[in-house]
Amino acid sequence: MRKENVPQDVGLAGPMREVVYAVGEDGRYEAVSSYGWDPKTVALSQAWDLILKELEAINAKVAAGELSPLAWHMTRHQMEPPLLAKYARINRWRIKRHMKAGPFRRLKSDLLARYADAFGISVAELQTIPATPDLEFETHREENGNPL
Amino acid sequence: MEIPFEHRQSAHCETGVAANLMSHYGLDINESMAFGIGSGLFFGYLPFIRLNHLPLTTYRINTGGIMKRLTKRLGVNLSMTQFRNPAKAMDALDRKLEEGVPVGCQTGGYWLPYFPQAYRFHFNMHNIVVIGRDGDDYKISDPIFEAPVTCHRRDLVKARFAKGALAPKGKMYFVESVSSAPDLPQAVKRGIREVCRTMLKAPVSMIGVKGIRKLAQQVERWPRKFGSEKALLYLGQVIRMQEEIGTGGAGFRFIYAAFLQQAADVLATPRFAELASEMTAIGDHWRQFAVAGARNCKGRARPGDSYAAMAAILNQCADREAALYKDLLALAA
Repeated sequence: MRKENVPQDVGLAGPMREVVYAVGEDGRYEAVSSYGWDPKTVALSQAWDLILKELEAINAKVAAGELSPLAWHMTRHQMEPPLLAKYARINRWRIKRHMKAGPFRRLKSDLLARYADAFGISVAELQTIPATPDLEFETHREENGNPL
Repeated sequence: MEIPFEHRQSAHCETGVAANLMSHYGLDINESMAFGIGSGLFFGYLPFIRLNHLPLTTYRINTGGIMKRLTKRLGVNLSMTQFRNPAKAMDALDRKLEEGVPVGCQTGGYWLPYFPQAYRFHFNMHNIVVIGRDGDDYKISDPIFEAPVTCHRRDLVKARFAKGALAPKGKMYFVESVSSAPDLPQAVKRGIREVCRTMLKAPVSMIGVKGIRKLAQQVERWPRKFGSEKALLYLGQVIRMQEEIGTGGAGFRFIYAAFLQQAADVLATPRFAELASEMTAIGDHWRQFAVAGARNCKGRARPGDSYAAMAAILNQCADREAALYKDLLALAA
Protein backbone atom coordinates (compact mmCIF):
# COMPACT_ATOMS: atom_id res chain seq x y z
CA MET A 1 0.00 0.00 0.00
CA ARG A 2 1.24 3.46 -0.91
CA LYS A 3 1.03 6.32 1.53
CA GLU A 4 -1.33 8.35 -0.66
CA ASN A 5 -3.70 5.38 -0.79
CA VAL A 6 -3.98 4.96 2.98
CA PRO A 7 -7.74 5.03 3.57
CA GLN A 8 -9.16 7.70 5.85
CA ASP A 9 -12.70 6.36 6.24
CA VAL A 10 -14.05 7.41 9.63
CA GLY A 11 -15.39 4.33 11.38
CA LEU A 12 -17.07 3.53 14.67
CA ALA A 13 -14.31 5.05 16.81
CA GLY A 14 -14.81 8.53 15.37
CA PRO A 15 -11.81 10.80 15.86
CA MET A 16 -9.45 8.06 16.98
CA ARG A 17 -6.63 7.46 14.54
CA GLU A 18 -4.61 4.31 14.27
CA VAL A 19 -1.27 3.48 12.71
CA VAL A 20 -0.98 1.58 9.44
CA TYR A 21 2.17 0.92 7.48
CA ALA A 22 2.52 2.26 3.95
CA VAL A 23 5.21 3.05 1.40
CA GLY A 24 6.18 6.72 1.14
CA GLU A 25 7.41 8.67 -1.89
CA ASP A 26 11.00 7.54 -1.38
CA GLY A 27 9.91 3.90 -1.45
CA ARG A 28 10.51 3.48 2.29
CA TYR A 29 7.89 2.29 4.73
CA GLU A 30 6.38 4.78 7.15
CA ALA A 31 3.91 4.56 10.00
CA VAL A 32 0.90 6.56 8.79
CA SER A 33 -2.12 7.72 10.82
CA SER A 34 -5.49 6.57 9.53
CA TYR A 35 -9.08 7.17 10.64
CA GLY A 36 -10.05 3.74 9.41
CA TRP A 37 -11.03 1.69 6.42
CA ASP A 38 -14.56 0.83 5.31
CA PRO A 39 -14.11 -2.93 4.84
CA LYS A 40 -12.96 -3.34 8.43
CA THR A 41 -15.68 -1.04 9.70
CA VAL A 42 -18.21 -3.24 7.89
CA ALA A 43 -16.84 -6.27 9.71
CA LEU A 44 -16.81 -4.48 13.07
CA SER A 45 -20.37 -3.17 12.59
CA GLN A 46 -21.46 -6.69 11.84
CA ALA A 47 -20.27 -7.80 15.27
CA TRP A 48 -22.06 -4.93 17.03
CA ASP A 49 -25.25 -5.36 15.01
CA LEU A 50 -25.39 -8.92 16.23
CA ILE A 51 -25.20 -7.74 19.84
CA LEU A 52 -27.81 -5.02 19.32
CA LYS A 53 -30.17 -7.46 17.63
CA GLU A 54 -29.82 -9.91 20.47
CA LEU A 55 -30.49 -7.16 23.02
CA GLU A 56 -33.75 -6.36 21.23
CA ALA A 57 -34.79 -9.99 21.27
CA ILE A 58 -34.05 -10.23 25.01
CA ASN A 59 -35.95 -7.01 25.60
CA ALA A 60 -39.08 -8.61 24.18
CA LYS A 61 -38.60 -11.71 26.31
CA VAL A 62 -38.16 -9.61 29.46
CA ALA A 63 -41.32 -7.69 28.64
CA ALA A 64 -43.10 -11.05 28.21
CA GLY A 65 -41.97 -12.03 31.70
CA GLU A 66 -39.72 -14.83 30.48
CA LEU A 67 -36.21 -13.53 31.01
CA SER A 68 -34.73 -11.26 33.67
CA PRO A 69 -32.84 -7.99 33.20
CA LEU A 70 -29.72 -9.97 34.15
CA ALA A 71 -29.92 -11.74 30.79
CA TRP A 72 -30.03 -8.36 29.07
CA HIS A 73 -27.04 -6.97 30.98
CA MET A 74 -25.03 -10.11 30.26
CA THR A 75 -25.46 -9.62 26.53
CA ARG A 76 -24.83 -5.88 26.91
CA HIS A 77 -21.49 -6.70 28.55
CA GLN A 78 -20.76 -9.61 26.21
CA MET A 79 -20.68 -12.10 29.05
CA GLU A 80 -21.94 -15.63 28.93
CA PRO A 81 -22.50 -17.66 32.07
CA PRO A 82 -18.95 -19.11 32.24
CA LEU A 83 -17.31 -15.67 32.06
CA LEU A 84 -19.76 -13.95 34.40
CA ALA A 85 -19.31 -16.87 36.81
CA LYS A 86 -15.66 -15.90 37.15
CA TYR A 87 -16.31 -12.18 37.61
CA ALA A 88 -19.21 -12.53 40.05
CA ARG A 89 -17.94 -15.72 41.73
CA ILE A 90 -21.34 -17.35 41.27
CA ASN A 91 -21.81 -20.80 39.83
CA ARG A 92 -22.75 -20.77 36.15
CA TRP A 93 -25.81 -22.95 36.71
CA ARG A 94 -27.13 -20.51 39.27
CA ILE A 95 -26.50 -17.72 36.77
CA LYS A 96 -28.55 -19.58 34.18
CA ARG A 97 -31.37 -19.80 36.70
CA HIS A 98 -31.12 -16.10 37.55
CA MET A 99 -31.48 -15.26 33.86
CA LYS A 100 -35.15 -16.22 34.26
CA ALA A 101 -37.58 -13.56 35.46
CA GLY A 102 -38.96 -15.29 38.57
CA PRO A 103 -35.75 -16.45 40.23
CA PHE A 104 -34.14 -13.08 39.52
CA ARG A 105 -36.97 -11.21 41.27
CA ARG A 106 -36.41 -13.23 44.41
CA LEU A 107 -32.65 -12.58 44.54
CA LYS A 108 -31.16 -11.35 47.82
CA SER A 109 -29.37 -8.03 47.84
CA ASP A 110 -25.86 -9.47 48.30
CA LEU A 111 -26.13 -11.51 45.10
CA LEU A 112 -27.57 -8.54 43.23
CA ALA A 113 -24.62 -6.47 44.42
CA ARG A 114 -22.17 -9.08 43.15
CA TYR A 115 -23.75 -9.07 39.71
CA ALA A 116 -23.87 -5.28 39.59
CA ASP A 117 -20.25 -5.10 40.66
CA ALA A 118 -19.20 -7.56 37.96
CA PHE A 119 -20.70 -5.30 35.30
CA GLY A 120 -19.55 -2.10 36.96
CA ILE A 121 -23.13 -0.76 37.31
CA SER A 122 -25.45 -0.05 40.26
CA VAL A 123 -28.02 -2.51 41.62
CA ALA A 124 -30.81 -0.20 40.45
CA GLU A 125 -29.38 -0.26 36.93
CA LEU A 126 -29.10 -4.04 37.08
CA GLN A 127 -32.81 -4.37 37.86
CA THR A 128 -33.96 -2.36 34.88
CA ILE A 129 -33.32 -2.19 31.15
CA PRO A 130 -32.58 1.22 29.62
CA ALA A 131 -34.90 2.37 26.83
CA THR A 132 -31.98 2.28 24.40
CA PRO A 133 -28.74 0.40 25.01
CA ASP A 134 -25.95 2.72 26.18
CA LEU A 135 -23.79 1.66 23.25
CA GLU A 136 -22.90 4.83 21.45
CA PHE A 137 -20.45 4.92 18.62
CA GLU A 138 -18.67 8.08 17.67
CA THR A 139 -19.39 7.82 14.01
CA HIS A 140 -19.70 11.08 12.15
CA ARG A 141 -20.39 9.97 8.66
CA GLU A 142 -23.66 9.85 6.86
CA GLU A 143 -25.23 6.60 5.89
CA ASN A 144 -24.14 5.56 2.40
CA GLY A 145 -21.24 8.00 2.40
CA ASN A 146 -18.01 6.35 1.33
CA PRO A 147 -19.56 3.45 -0.59
CA LEU A 148 -17.32 0.43 -0.83
CA MET B 1 5.12 11.37 39.45
CA GLU B 2 5.78 10.59 35.83
CA ILE B 3 8.71 8.78 34.26
CA PRO B 4 10.10 10.54 31.16
CA PHE B 5 9.09 8.01 28.54
CA GLU B 6 8.89 8.48 24.80
CA HIS B 7 5.43 7.41 23.66
CA ARG B 8 5.38 6.36 20.01
CA GLN B 9 2.01 5.38 18.63
CA SER B 10 2.09 1.93 17.08
CA ALA B 11 -0.10 -0.33 15.05
CA HIS B 12 -0.01 -3.22 17.48
CA CYS B 13 0.11 -3.27 21.27
CA GLU B 14 2.71 -5.94 21.93
CA THR B 15 5.22 -4.71 19.36
CA GLY B 16 4.56 -1.10 20.35
CA VAL B 17 5.21 -1.81 24.01
CA ALA B 18 8.29 -3.86 23.12
CA ALA B 19 9.79 -1.17 20.87
CA ASN B 20 9.02 1.67 23.29
CA LEU B 21 10.49 -0.23 26.25
CA MET B 22 13.65 -1.20 24.33
CA SER B 23 14.08 2.40 23.17
CA HIS B 24 13.69 3.65 26.74
CA TYR B 25 16.79 1.61 27.57
CA GLY B 26 18.77 2.94 24.64
CA LEU B 27 18.21 0.22 22.04
CA ASP B 28 17.27 1.76 18.70
CA ILE B 29 14.36 -0.54 17.87
CA ASN B 30 11.16 0.54 16.19
CA GLU B 31 7.89 -1.36 15.98
CA SER B 32 8.46 -3.21 12.70
CA MET B 33 11.97 -4.19 13.82
CA ALA B 34 10.55 -5.59 17.07
CA PHE B 35 7.95 -7.48 15.05
CA GLY B 36 10.55 -8.95 12.71
CA ILE B 37 13.18 -9.92 15.27
CA GLY B 38 10.42 -11.32 17.46
CA SER B 39 9.20 -13.49 14.53
CA GLY B 40 5.70 -12.07 14.82
CA LEU B 41 4.42 -13.03 11.37
CA PHE B 42 2.21 -16.07 11.28
CA PHE B 43 -0.92 -17.58 9.88
CA GLY B 44 -3.30 -19.93 11.61
CA TYR B 45 -6.85 -20.94 10.85
CA LEU B 46 -7.96 -22.51 14.11
CA PRO B 47 -11.67 -23.42 13.92
CA PHE B 48 -11.60 -25.27 17.25
CA ILE B 49 -10.83 -21.99 19.03
CA ARG B 50 -13.91 -19.78 19.02
CA LEU B 51 -14.23 -16.04 19.38
CA ASN B 52 -17.87 -14.99 19.75
CA HIS B 53 -18.77 -18.49 18.49
CA LEU B 54 -16.78 -17.92 15.29
CA PRO B 55 -13.58 -19.71 14.27
CA LEU B 56 -10.31 -17.98 15.08
CA THR B 57 -8.06 -16.84 12.27
CA THR B 58 -4.78 -15.35 13.38
CA TYR B 59 -2.07 -13.52 11.50
CA ARG B 60 0.47 -13.28 14.33
CA ILE B 61 2.17 -15.74 16.67
CA ASN B 62 0.93 -16.45 20.18
CA THR B 63 0.57 -13.52 22.55
CA GLY B 64 3.69 -12.76 24.50
CA GLY B 65 5.73 -14.70 21.96
CA ILE B 66 7.09 -11.62 20.19
CA MET B 67 8.32 -10.07 23.43
CA LYS B 68 9.89 -13.34 24.52
CA ARG B 69 11.80 -13.90 21.28
CA LEU B 70 12.80 -10.26 20.88
CA THR B 71 14.28 -9.93 24.36
CA LYS B 72 16.08 -13.24 24.07
CA ARG B 73 17.62 -12.35 20.70
CA LEU B 74 18.70 -8.89 21.83
CA GLY B 75 20.09 -10.05 25.16
CA VAL B 76 17.54 -8.07 27.17
CA ASN B 77 16.66 -9.30 30.62
CA LEU B 78 12.95 -9.00 31.23
CA SER B 79 11.50 -9.66 34.65
CA MET B 80 7.96 -11.02 34.48
CA THR B 81 5.58 -11.67 37.38
CA GLN B 82 1.98 -12.76 37.83
CA PHE B 83 -0.13 -12.33 40.94
CA ARG B 84 -3.06 -13.86 42.72
CA ASN B 85 -3.76 -10.90 44.92
CA PRO B 86 -4.79 -7.62 43.22
CA ALA B 87 -3.58 -5.49 46.16
CA LYS B 88 -0.14 -7.07 45.98
CA ALA B 89 -0.08 -6.67 42.21
CA MET B 90 -0.78 -2.95 42.54
CA ASP B 91 1.81 -2.59 45.35
CA ALA B 92 4.45 -4.21 43.16
CA LEU B 93 3.54 -1.86 40.31
CA ASP B 94 3.68 1.21 42.58
CA ARG B 95 7.08 0.22 43.94
CA LYS B 96 8.59 -0.11 40.47
CA LEU B 97 7.12 3.23 39.40
CA GLU B 98 8.68 4.83 42.51
CA GLU B 99 12.03 3.47 41.32
CA GLY B 100 11.46 5.20 37.99
CA VAL B 101 10.97 1.96 36.07
CA PRO B 102 8.31 1.88 33.32
CA VAL B 103 6.21 -1.25 33.78
CA GLY B 104 4.51 -3.29 31.08
CA CYS B 105 1.17 -4.83 31.99
CA GLN B 106 -1.05 -7.36 30.30
CA THR B 107 -4.65 -6.21 30.56
CA GLY B 108 -8.19 -6.93 29.47
CA GLY B 109 -9.05 -4.20 26.98
CA TYR B 110 -12.72 -4.37 27.90
CA TRP B 111 -12.11 -2.62 31.22
CA LEU B 112 -9.87 0.21 30.06
CA PRO B 113 -12.12 3.29 30.26
CA TYR B 114 -10.25 5.23 27.58
CA PHE B 115 -11.08 2.59 24.95
CA PRO B 116 -13.76 3.76 22.52
CA GLN B 117 -16.92 1.69 22.88
CA ALA B 118 -16.46 0.25 19.39
CA TYR B 119 -13.32 -1.63 20.48
CA ARG B 120 -14.55 -2.83 23.84
CA PHE B 121 -14.55 -6.58 23.53
CA HIS B 122 -13.27 -9.14 26.00
CA PHE B 123 -9.73 -9.73 24.87
CA ASN B 124 -7.17 -10.22 27.56
CA MET B 125 -3.95 -9.77 25.62
CA HIS B 126 -3.75 -6.00 25.55
CA ASN B 127 -0.31 -4.67 26.49
CA ILE B 128 0.31 -1.25 27.97
CA VAL B 129 3.18 0.52 29.75
CA VAL B 130 2.43 2.26 33.04
CA ILE B 131 4.69 5.31 33.22
CA GLY B 132 3.50 7.29 36.20
CA ARG B 133 1.04 7.84 38.98
CA ASP B 134 -0.69 10.79 40.54
CA GLY B 135 -2.64 9.48 43.54
CA ASP B 136 -5.15 7.03 42.12
CA ASP B 137 -4.65 8.14 38.53
CA TYR B 138 -2.17 6.14 36.52
CA LYS B 139 -0.42 7.56 33.49
CA ILE B 140 -0.32 4.99 30.73
CA SER B 141 1.51 4.75 27.45
CA ASP B 142 -0.95 2.65 25.46
CA PRO B 143 0.80 2.24 22.11
CA ILE B 144 -2.33 2.09 19.99
CA PHE B 145 -3.36 5.58 21.12
CA GLU B 146 -1.90 8.81 19.79
CA ALA B 147 -0.87 10.17 23.19
CA PRO B 148 -0.46 8.83 26.74
CA VAL B 149 -3.72 8.38 28.64
CA THR B 150 -4.88 8.32 32.25
CA CYS B 151 -6.61 5.45 33.98
CA HIS B 152 -8.06 5.24 37.47
CA ARG B 153 -6.64 2.63 39.84
CA ARG B 154 -10.04 0.93 40.13
CA ASP B 155 -10.21 0.37 36.35
CA LEU B 156 -6.58 -0.66 36.07
CA VAL B 157 -7.08 -3.32 38.75
CA LYS B 158 -10.08 -4.64 36.89
CA ALA B 159 -8.16 -4.69 33.59
CA ARG B 160 -5.14 -6.41 35.14
CA PHE B 161 -7.38 -9.04 36.65
CA ALA B 162 -9.70 -9.56 33.73
CA LYS B 163 -11.11 -13.10 33.64
CA GLY B 164 -11.69 -15.63 30.93
CA ALA B 165 -9.44 -16.96 28.17
CA LEU B 166 -5.78 -15.98 28.54
CA ALA B 167 -6.50 -14.14 31.80
CA PRO B 168 -3.58 -11.80 32.58
CA LYS B 169 -3.55 -12.60 36.31
CA GLY B 170 -1.98 -9.22 36.98
CA LYS B 171 0.98 -9.98 34.75
CA MET B 172 3.59 -7.22 34.78
CA TYR B 173 7.06 -6.99 33.31
CA PHE B 174 9.97 -4.61 33.21
CA VAL B 175 13.47 -4.47 31.79
CA GLU B 176 16.15 -5.50 34.28
CA SER B 177 19.19 -5.08 32.09
CA VAL B 178 20.11 -4.72 28.44
CA SER B 179 23.11 -6.12 26.63
CA SER B 180 25.70 -3.46 25.81
CA ALA B 181 26.37 -4.83 22.33
CA PRO B 182 23.44 -6.82 20.92
CA ASP B 183 24.22 -8.72 17.71
CA LEU B 184 21.57 -7.07 15.54
CA PRO B 185 22.36 -8.85 12.21
CA GLN B 186 22.23 -12.22 13.94
CA ALA B 187 18.96 -11.33 15.68
CA VAL B 188 17.42 -10.23 12.37
CA LYS B 189 18.47 -13.45 10.62
CA ARG B 190 17.16 -15.61 13.45
CA GLY B 191 13.86 -13.75 13.38
CA ILE B 192 13.46 -14.27 9.64
CA ARG B 193 14.42 -17.94 9.71
CA GLU B 194 11.91 -18.81 12.38
CA VAL B 195 9.03 -17.16 10.50
CA CYS B 196 9.96 -18.93 7.25
CA ARG B 197 10.25 -22.31 8.91
CA THR B 198 6.91 -21.99 10.66
CA MET B 199 5.14 -20.72 7.58
CA LEU B 200 6.63 -23.36 5.26
CA LYS B 201 7.10 -26.40 7.42
CA ALA B 202 4.43 -26.45 10.11
CA PRO B 203 3.40 -30.08 10.50
CA VAL B 204 -0.33 -29.36 10.71
CA SER B 205 -2.64 -28.24 7.93
CA MET B 206 -4.06 -25.25 9.80
CA ILE B 207 -0.83 -23.33 10.23
CA GLY B 208 1.42 -21.42 7.88
CA VAL B 209 1.01 -21.43 4.11
CA LYS B 210 -0.96 -24.67 4.41
CA GLY B 211 -3.28 -22.88 6.80
CA ILE B 212 -3.99 -20.17 4.24
CA ARG B 213 -4.93 -22.87 1.73
CA LYS B 214 -7.08 -24.54 4.36
CA LEU B 215 -8.91 -21.27 4.96
CA ALA B 216 -9.40 -20.87 1.19
CA GLN B 217 -10.91 -24.33 0.99
CA GLN B 218 -13.22 -23.62 3.94
CA VAL B 219 -14.29 -20.19 2.67
CA GLU B 220 -15.51 -21.79 -0.51
CA ARG B 221 -17.56 -24.30 1.49
CA TRP B 222 -19.11 -21.90 4.01
CA PRO B 223 -22.21 -20.81 2.08
CA ARG B 224 -23.25 -24.38 1.29
CA LYS B 225 -22.32 -25.67 4.72
CA PHE B 226 -23.84 -22.92 6.89
CA GLY B 227 -26.19 -20.93 4.66
CA SER B 228 -25.52 -17.42 3.51
CA GLU B 229 -26.21 -15.54 6.76
CA LYS B 230 -23.79 -17.52 8.89
CA ALA B 231 -21.22 -17.62 6.10
CA LEU B 232 -21.18 -13.82 6.15
CA LEU B 233 -20.51 -13.81 9.89
CA TYR B 234 -17.61 -16.21 9.39
CA LEU B 235 -16.27 -14.01 6.61
CA GLY B 236 -16.64 -10.83 8.67
CA GLN B 237 -14.66 -12.41 11.49
CA VAL B 238 -11.74 -13.19 9.15
CA ILE B 239 -11.73 -9.59 7.89
CA ARG B 240 -11.73 -8.30 11.45
CA MET B 241 -8.80 -10.47 12.43
CA GLN B 242 -6.93 -9.35 9.31
CA GLU B 243 -7.64 -5.63 9.34
CA GLU B 244 -8.93 -4.67 12.77
CA ILE B 245 -6.96 -2.21 14.80
CA GLY B 246 -3.60 -3.69 15.61
CA THR B 247 -2.34 -5.34 12.44
CA GLY B 248 -0.95 -2.29 10.62
CA GLY B 249 -2.89 -3.45 7.56
CA ALA B 250 -3.21 -6.74 5.66
CA GLY B 251 -2.79 -8.98 8.69
CA PHE B 252 0.70 -7.71 9.66
CA ARG B 253 2.01 -8.20 6.11
CA PHE B 254 2.80 -4.48 5.73
CA ILE B 255 4.62 -4.27 9.09
CA TYR B 256 6.66 -7.26 8.02
CA ALA B 257 7.52 -5.62 4.69
CA ALA B 258 8.70 -2.56 6.65
CA PHE B 259 10.91 -4.88 8.69
CA LEU B 260 12.37 -6.50 5.56
CA GLN B 261 13.39 -3.07 4.27
CA GLN B 262 15.32 -2.50 7.48
CA ALA B 263 16.78 -6.01 7.26
CA ALA B 264 18.25 -5.03 3.88
CA ASP B 265 20.15 -2.21 5.63
CA VAL B 266 21.20 -4.14 8.72
CA LEU B 267 22.48 -7.09 6.67
CA ALA B 268 23.71 -4.94 3.77
CA THR B 269 21.78 -7.19 1.38
CA PRO B 270 19.64 -5.20 -1.10
CA ARG B 271 17.77 -8.36 -2.09
CA PHE B 272 15.76 -8.10 1.16
CA ALA B 273 14.38 -4.77 -0.06
CA GLU B 274 13.15 -6.46 -3.25
CA LEU B 275 11.48 -9.13 -1.16
CA ALA B 276 9.95 -6.34 0.94
CA SER B 277 8.29 -5.04 -2.24
CA GLU B 278 6.94 -8.50 -2.97
CA MET B 279 5.57 -8.68 0.59
CA THR B 280 3.87 -5.32 0.02
CA ALA B 281 2.25 -6.69 -3.15
CA ILE B 282 1.09 -9.77 -1.23
CA GLY B 283 -0.36 -7.51 1.46
CA ASP B 284 -2.23 -5.55 -1.20
CA HIS B 285 -3.66 -8.85 -2.40
CA TRP B 286 -4.86 -9.74 1.10
CA ARG B 287 -6.58 -6.34 1.15
CA GLN B 288 -8.40 -7.34 -2.07
CA PHE B 289 -9.80 -10.30 -0.18
CA ALA B 290 -11.00 -7.98 2.60
CA VAL B 291 -12.64 -5.64 0.09
CA ALA B 292 -14.48 -8.48 -1.66
CA GLY B 293 -15.52 -9.99 1.68
CA ALA B 294 -16.81 -6.67 3.01
CA ARG B 295 -18.86 -6.12 -0.14
CA ASN B 296 -20.49 -9.48 0.48
CA CYS B 297 -21.20 -8.56 4.11
CA LYS B 298 -22.78 -5.32 2.97
CA GLY B 299 -24.91 -7.09 0.38
CA ARG B 300 -23.15 -5.28 -2.41
CA ALA B 301 -21.22 -8.16 -3.91
CA ARG B 302 -20.06 -7.67 -7.48
CA PRO B 303 -19.73 -10.44 -10.07
CA GLY B 304 -16.09 -11.12 -9.12
CA ASP B 305 -16.80 -11.37 -5.38
CA SER B 306 -18.10 -14.94 -5.18
CA TYR B 307 -16.84 -17.23 -2.42
CA ALA B 308 -14.93 -19.16 -5.07
CA ALA B 309 -13.26 -15.95 -6.24
CA MET B 310 -12.33 -15.03 -2.67
CA ALA B 311 -10.89 -18.50 -2.15
CA ALA B 312 -8.84 -18.01 -5.31
CA ILE B 313 -7.37 -14.78 -3.90
CA LEU B 314 -6.40 -16.61 -0.73
CA ASN B 315 -4.75 -19.39 -2.72
CA GLN B 316 -2.78 -16.81 -4.69
CA CYS B 317 -1.65 -15.25 -1.40
CA ALA B 318 -0.58 -18.70 -0.23
CA ASP B 319 1.41 -19.38 -3.43
CA ARG B 320 3.18 -16.06 -3.36
CA GLU B 321 3.95 -16.24 0.34
CA ALA B 322 5.37 -19.74 -0.08
CA ALA B 323 7.74 -18.56 -2.81
CA LEU B 324 8.71 -15.53 -0.73
CA TYR B 325 9.54 -17.55 2.39
CA LYS B 326 11.70 -19.93 0.36
CA ASP B 327 13.74 -17.00 -0.95
CA LEU B 328 13.94 -15.43 2.49
CA LEU B 329 15.04 -18.64 4.13
CA ALA B 330 17.88 -19.10 1.65
CA LEU B 331 18.92 -15.47 2.06
CA ALA B 332 18.92 -15.48 5.86
CA ALA B 333 20.80 -18.77 6.19
